[in-house]
Amino acid sequence: MSNSQFTPGVASGRLSADDYTRNFSDIAPRLEPHEARVAADRCYFCHDAPCMTACPTSIDIPLFIRQIATGTPEAAAKTIFSQNILGGMCARVCPTEQLCEEACVRETAEGKPVEIGRLQRFATDSLMEKGTHPFTRDKATGKTVAVVGAGPAGLSAAHRLAMKGHDVTIYDARPKAGGLNEYGIASYKAPGGFAAAEVGWLLKIGGIRIENGKSLGNGLTLDGLKKQFDAVVLAIGLAGVNALRAEGESLANVVNAVDFIAELRQEPDKAKLKIGRDVVVIGGGMTAVDAAVQSKLLGAENVTIAYRRGREKMSASTDEQDHATGVGVRILHNVAPVRVTGNGAAHEVEFAYTEDGPQGLKLSSETFRLKADQVMKAIGQTLSGQPEGLKLDGAKIAVTGAGRTSVPGVWAAGDCAAGGEDLTVTAVAEGRDAAEDIHASLMG
Amino acid sequence: MANLQSNFIGIKSPNPFWLASAPPTDKKYNVERAFEAGWGGVVWKTLGAEGPPVVNVNGPRYGAIWGADRRLLGLNNIELITDRPLEVNLQEIKEVKRKWRDRALIISLMVPCDEESWKDILKRIEGTEADGVELNFGCPHGMAERGMGSAVGQVPEYIEMVTRWVKQYSRMPCIVKLTPNITDVRRPAEAAKRGGADAVSLINTINSITSVDLDSFAPEPTIDGKGTHGGYCGPAVKPIALNMVAEIARSEATRGLPISGIGGVTTWRDAAEFMALGAGNVQVCTAAMTYGFKVVQEMISGLSQYMDEKCMTSTADLVGRAVPNVTDWQYLNLNYVTKAVIDQDACIKCGRCYAACEDTSHQAIDMSADRTFTVKEEECVACNLCIDVCPVESCITMRTLDQGELDKRTGRKVGTYANWTTHPNNPAAKAAE
Repeated sequence: MSNSQFTPGVASGRLSADDYTRNFSDIAPRLEPHEARVAADRCYFCHDAPCMTACPTSIDIPLFIRQIATGTPEAAAKTIFSQNILGGMCARVCPTEQLCEEACVRETAEGKPVEIGRLQRFATDSLMEKGTHPFTRDKATGKTVAVVGAGPAGLSAAHRLAMKGHDVTIYDARPKAGGLNEYGIASYKAPGGFAAAEVGWLLKIGGIRIENGKSLGNGLTLDGLKKQFDAVVLAIGLAGVNALRAEGESLANVVNAVDFIAELRQEPDKAKLKIGRDVVVIGGGMTAVDAAVQSKLLGAENVTIAYRRGREKMSASTDEQDHATGVGVRILHNVAPVRVTGNGAAHEVEFAYTEDGPQGLKLSSETFRLKADQVMKAIGQTLSGQPEGLKLDGAKIAVTGAGRTSVPGVWAAGDCAAGGEDLTVTAVAEGRDAAEDIHASLMG
Repeated sequence: MANLQSNFIGIKSPNPFWLASAPPTDKKYNVERAFEAGWGGVVWKTLGAEGPPVVNVNGPRYGAIWGADRRLLGLNNIELITDRPLEVNLQEIKEVKRKWRDRALIISLMVPCDEESWKDILKRIEGTEADGVELNFGCPHGMAERGMGSAVGQVPEYIEMVTRWVKQYSRMPCIVKLTPNITDVRRPAEAAKRGGADAVSLINTINSITSVDLDSFAPEPTIDGKGTHGGYCGPAVKPIALNMVAEIARSEATRGLPISGIGGVTTWRDAAEFMALGAGNVQVCTAAMTYGFKVVQEMISGLSQYMDEKCMTSTADLVGRAVPNVTDWQYLNLNYVTKAVIDQDACIKCGRCYAACEDTSHQAIDMSADRTFTVKEEECVACNLCIDVCPVESCITMRTLDQGELDKRTGRKVGTYANWTTHPNNPAAKAAE
């Protein structure tokens, strides 16, 4: 190993093979059966449970936990999957501390909620590892539906539509299905090719065909899809990345955090990945945290998240922030990048302190500089590549009811659709609900 | 610190915590470990008649039920009386008693139901210097099939007969251990008293099957594909034992007969409850088998602290204190009216009280959109179910209505004491008029 944490510039192989293995292994391994029984025993089986209300997919959490407690995790999994077919991934990536576990009455009672996320993973893994699929298709309807985008929303919609007896074709721009499950999220949250395995398992329902390498504007048009299919679901996510709008953005080693994360997810040999000695991540969301933590895990010496507003405004959860600081990432609040400097490649970032007042964000005249061999932009994604003629609501596709767009016969779900948080679990809920609405309108 | 010194039918021990006749008291090694840990006395595991000892199964002899985190709540066993030679037991009993003079050492006995057998075994144990005997008329498995144990305990005439033999052929204090596998525990207790018993001890284990293996379809514990009923004990049986102790303590025919309380005693509090209901001391088995002998130290410190707090200087101050308050249903005050009150600050909004009341009781709890749960006094019959299912201690309590206060459910003002015997709906009361 020739490189180390202290090798200047951007370099690969900064760590030992053991370090890479340890750093990118499962961050929260599946509970052992006894651990699961103990965790399940803590559930009070609340009436009209608050956790259920807090879950965007409304999983019957008390019921599935009771099914685990009584030794039937497969039945528990079916309870989960009937509401959320991507319950396996959601168990790994949901910010449960802001959703079900925050609402848990045990959190109120003793500040320690029932471990709902980990119990969900115990149940879903138990069923998925058997390789069986718990649902069957209804009688064929003869109807066809196109789904654009094979991310959580698209997969969820496709599964529900297929289950109802419709024939579904999913189109996706990338070589692999899964969307952010495959190309986003931190590696240590879903190691071992889980995202791909989950897609394979989901497809066992039958009636779903996936065509990769196709997107709107690249082989597909909305009009063409409308003609060919009885209904269309747009689940195209947010493919655009916000620009820094700061001097020096075009210097080498100034990258999009989502691209860094995607490359990292796809590279089985983490030692091959290059990372800066000093890395600066700009942003305050989950993407910023995932990029920063993984930079550190790849062996960067100094990693800083720089966010232009205060801690309370960060969209990354407190748990995520704590995780970042726990691995040695420094988080700076109320600082905004003014320029990136360097001779051809990034060398430093100059920041100004900010004040978040009623008139919006104001930059102060006081500035400072941080060393940065690599700058990652994680300041949000935007809708991009959407077809003409769709009414927008702000920067997203306007929808009414269960994802109906302004164009008849076209639904939208997931991050690209207005309303709801940009979470995997919300995307699953929206995809499922759009599918139910499509089914009702096609069969009605 | 309160003096826990105990004198039970003349048998002295430094505290009222004895180990019951059971696997933990089968040999010197265990008993000495128990005494080292602080146990006040032991009832040596039941000795049988001279001759080849009984044999035990060589597969599982215990079955269990568990609560959360595998906390053992109930234990069942199919073990028989001691399977060690009589001579060995007698020798060890003698050695232990000589070494531990201040501890109580009682010998449990079970021999065939004939006078010669009892006369013989009593003679054999005379030289051990043990403090007393306990007649095992309780074990419900194995030995009962051979006409011993609960087979004797279920026939009051046999109890009286054997007890009489024991008192005739021995000067040792005699405790008769009763089986709960009967319809009315007062009858065997009365028989023991008639036979001259110095005390009764109860309860022995309850006939039970703990579980069924749903793959092999055999009861558990399973021996080569078959199972048999065993004796059930542990925390789960405590309520049954408390009632039986109380029945004997308050029955006119047996009032004053000393009782050694047995059945699920796990903490000092359990022991205190048995004693308040009339037990002069307690015997413990499952708690020791679950946690080891050290548990007695918590029982000693807990009972001492409690007695200090209550200004009790001797265990005699506690024994029987609750007996006058055990009565028949017909004497309960029907004009005692309470209503559930939910402490909103303590409530964690789980809604279990609501589900229980709405689904299975009197629809007396209201649930608002923001999950605030309140009691509807006009519906509340004060059944206590909400308190029983609430996971937060003292979150729901019962408020006693003052005399003269309006009961919103009945529309009547709370009156003075009145019970069923004089209630207008009672046909017997009417007939008496």
